[in-house]
Amino acid sequence: MSGGHPTVKAREVSGGSPTVERPTEVRRVGAPVQALIWTGGLLLLLLSVAVAVTIGPARISVPDVWSAVASHLGFGASELSPIRDGIIWNLRMPRTLLAAVCGAGLAVCGTVMQSLLRNPLADPFVLGVSSGASTGAVVVVVLGVGGGAVSLSAGAFAGAICSFALVMLLSHTLGATTDRVVLSGVAAMQLFSALTSFVVMTSADAEQTRGVLFWLLGSLSGVGWSEVALCTAVLAGCLVVCLAHARTLDAFAFGQDAAAALGVNVARTRIVLLCTTALLTAALVSSAGAIGFVGLVLPHAARALTGSGHRRLLPVTALAGAVFLVWVDTLARTVLDPQEVPVGVVTALIGVPAFVLVLYRTRSTS
Amino acid sequence: MSASTGLRAERVGRAAGGRLILDGVDITPPPGATVGLLGPNGSGKSTLLRILAGLLAPDTGVVTLDGDPLAGLGRRTVARRIAVVDQHAVTQVDLSVLDVVRLGRIPHRRAWSAPDRADEEAVTDALRRTGLADRAAQSWHTLSGGERQRVQIARALAQQPRELLLDEPTNHLDIQHQLELLALVAELPLTSVIALHDLNLAAMFCDRITVMKAGRVVAGGTPAEVITEELIEDVYGVRAVVTPDGPDGRPSVRFLPRR
Repeated sequence: MSGGHPTVKAREVSGGSPTVERPTEVRRVGAPVQALIWTGGLLLLLLSVAVAVTIGPARISVPDVWSAVASHLGFGASELSPIRDGIIWNLRMPRTLLAAVCGAGLAVCGTVMQSLLRNPLADPFVLGVSSGASTGAVVVVVLGVGGGAVSLSAGAFAGAICSFALVMLLSHTLGATTDRVVLSGVAAMQLFSALTSFVVMTSADAEQTRGVLFWLLGSLSGVGWSEVALCTAVLAGCLVVCLAHARTLDAFAFGQDAAAALGVNVARTRIVLLCTTALLTAALVSSAGAIGFVGLVLPHAARALTGSGHRRLLPVTALAGAVFLVWVDTLARTVLDPQEVPVGVVTALIGVPAFVLVLYRTRSTS
Repeated sequence: MSASTGLRAERVGRAAGGRLILDGVDITPPPGATVGLLGPNGSGKSTLLRILAGLLAPDTGVVTLDGDPLAGLGRRTVARRIAVVDQHAVTQVDLSVLDVVRLGRIPHRRAWSAPDRADEEAVTDALRRTGLADRAAQSWHTLSGGERQRVQIARALAQQPRELLLDEPTNHLDIQHQLELLALVAELPLTSVIALHDLNLAAMFCDRITVMKAGRVVAGGTPAEVITEELIEDVYGVRAVVTPDGPDGRPSVRFLPRR
């Protein structure tokens, strides 16, 4: 693990210097702190990924990781055995990266939902996306719809989009106010959970039930580069959309009327952001299952760190979510080795006490 | 359409649930004046303010800003001209006074831009004019009701509007803060339209008064012209004695018990 420092130092020199110079031209106090959080967060994420990949049954060092990554990116040949190289590049690397992408994406979706719906209990799954995904998944896996041509992920994605469309249709019919959106989400969640249970109870055997349950709780086992590529692309696109709406999200602090009075097109903003977060959530859930709690807790933790301005909050939430899920997944796959704990179980076990702590610390302000 | 400056509503009507809330309302606040909007609950004051702010579209009639229909101006353009203060601003977000006042710059900024000097100057100026300069760092949630309303006015000023619309901004305040807030609004060099319940406060601070009843404007003019015993009896169904004992000989209202 000590070998990790040279890599990190190299990054600091090449990538860190522009950020360090920024404090000379800032207008507000606190910007140096922001730059520090930023640089520190990025370094922490890189370090976390590098170290998390070394952890597991096969003993691997950080320089091994660096050498494998460098050789696959075309910088020099790797001296690792094909097996070690395969463990790094084909097993642990995609899994760790997908953990980072899922953590970042779910945390950002949670932040946007909480601000947009003005509900501190909102999370990425509040619009029924995860329940729809689970129904889609069991329809494919248990009922065999698609005859094997449709993958679990594709089924889950289709289910998620169906559920989201139903929620939008319902809330539009019911008057499209914020609480109607939330209530429609709750209704869809109940409906699709019931459908999932019904299919599992009536048609699945024990093995299938166990598999579906494992996936429902969130699992990053067995993911490959195609999932990483897909989710990263969706995350990048959705992040750009969310960041473009950062100021707009600030305007929702005093409600949608206040936002409209500040020049925000409330209806358009809501549609754009709900669709964006639903798309991202659907992509993440269909690759890694419904990993709970990240989208609920991380936004609150990030707010305690940076304040509530979304220009700063969204990137910091993304970084915090990524680092958090990288370590939680590492814990999930090692703590009961050789058995794997669903990562959603670990996020909840860690998340609940963390949540209570955050709420306790901020109790005086609200 | 005749060229006019400022905000103007012409024959504005709005129905909800089969009931007419506004019925052919005309109002033209004189530029720079403080206009009091009086009337019983449900007379249409809030709806009229929302329509004047462009937050609600009228079913009939038209609202114009410098002669241009509000509906065709775009929300951001309107928000740079017209600011709104509600009777009770609520948030769960942990914001400082400065954060709230900065919200007023949103209509002036593009999606990706950082705040520039004009933004910071507008915010500083708004804080100074509302006497909040040394409270900038304080958390919104630790403020009293009166202070919160003052912060909302500072936020509105940061929008650098020429029209300020206030919907019963003193509703939840004690008398000291009511007086303080209305004095602040009356001194601003903006066109203000302010919905109020207290006739004496309206008489004290407003240049003009418009009285509404059941969705119609029933009287308009200076406080002395409008606030009379007959009007109070007619609009509120209440007996009162009106004397010219207010500041500068403005009307002063004393209510009488039922006969």
